[in-house]
Amino acid sequence: MKIEINERPTDIASDTTLHQLQRQVKPGADLAILNGFPMNADHPLAEGDRVVFIRRGEQPGPDELEALMAARHTPGVHARIKRATVGIAGCGGLGSAVAIALARVGVGHLIIADFDVVEPSNLNRQQYFVDQIGLPKVEALRENLSRINPYVHITHHFERLTPDNIPDRFGRVDVMVEAFDGADQKAMLAQTFLSRVPGTPLVMGSGMAGFGPSNTVITQRAATNLYLVGDGETAARPGEGLMAPRVGIAAHHQANAVLRLLLEKTPA
Amino acid sequence: MNITINGQPKQFKAPLTVSALLDALQLDGDRVAVELNCNVLLKEQFDATSLQNGDALEIVQFVGGG
Repeated sequence: MKIEINERPTDIASDTTLHQLQRQVKPGADLAILNGFPMNADHPLAEGDRVVFIRRGEQPGPDELEALMAARHTPGVHARIKRATVGIAGCGGLGSAVAIALARVGVGHLIIADFDVVEPSNLNRQQYFVDQIGLPKVEALRENLSRINPYVHITHHFERLTPDNIPDRFGRVDVMVEAFDGADQKAMLAQTFLSRVPGTPLVMGSGMAGFGPSNTVITQRAATNLYLVGDGETAARPGEGLMAPRVGIAAHHQANAVLRLLLEKTPA
Repeated sequence: MNITINGQPKQFKAPLTVSALLDALQLDGDRVAVELNCNVLLKEQFDATSLQNGDALEIVQFVGGG
């Protein structure tokens, strides 16, 4: 029967078990993953199973690494999102966290854009490091994403997004993410993207400042192709700053909405 | 005339532009997205777009932070 071992299609005898296979192909393995689940007990194998054997501490070669990273992805999901392109407008608290979640899950192509550089005051919530202060955020984020998942293709634009360049930069994405700070900029992106790139869903954030309750941050459908994440009212202002926990909650709502849209499921 | 705003039926006197509607609702035109009968408008279109009886609008307000 045909199964996949470390993502390579392989023919094995039809009555082989997981432990028998492990002894045959990777006797020193510490971990066996069957169809996305780590297994301790022995288990009979069936046609089409996906088996990954891992030896802790061993750095896999570049060919094997992508297959091993994909082992924890739900079968069928990874192949679909690997073909996808997602645009992210703004690489601050929302954008940097959305990008990292989408890179970890294996979205194939991310297009990131931001005009700003990393500042010390960003580090309370944005996914950068002290030694990246002064770098353009798009360059710092590209470096961080590549360290997490080198198999994600990243296109970056170090520029201010405007009604003139948004249709060109993001005209061919499967899903678009708005991750700006200013309310007027959010409105500009929504108007420009939804009218100039019709039919492509846009996932936006509005209302995630402060340390209010987590569960007031929700995902809702606000217009035909517009999904809105946040509590809808808590603006960033003096005395109510942006903080890592709640910005992170909103960012991961956005990332999960993107994932669901790519898998043709409704986000809200 | 009858128009629907965010799923709720409302009555307004014609003529009414999108800009005048936003003013009446006390919404800041720089911080909203307006979808009229499934088409999202640019801000530049708010003044010149007149609403008709039976129109359906989705008006989305944004607050800052991200």
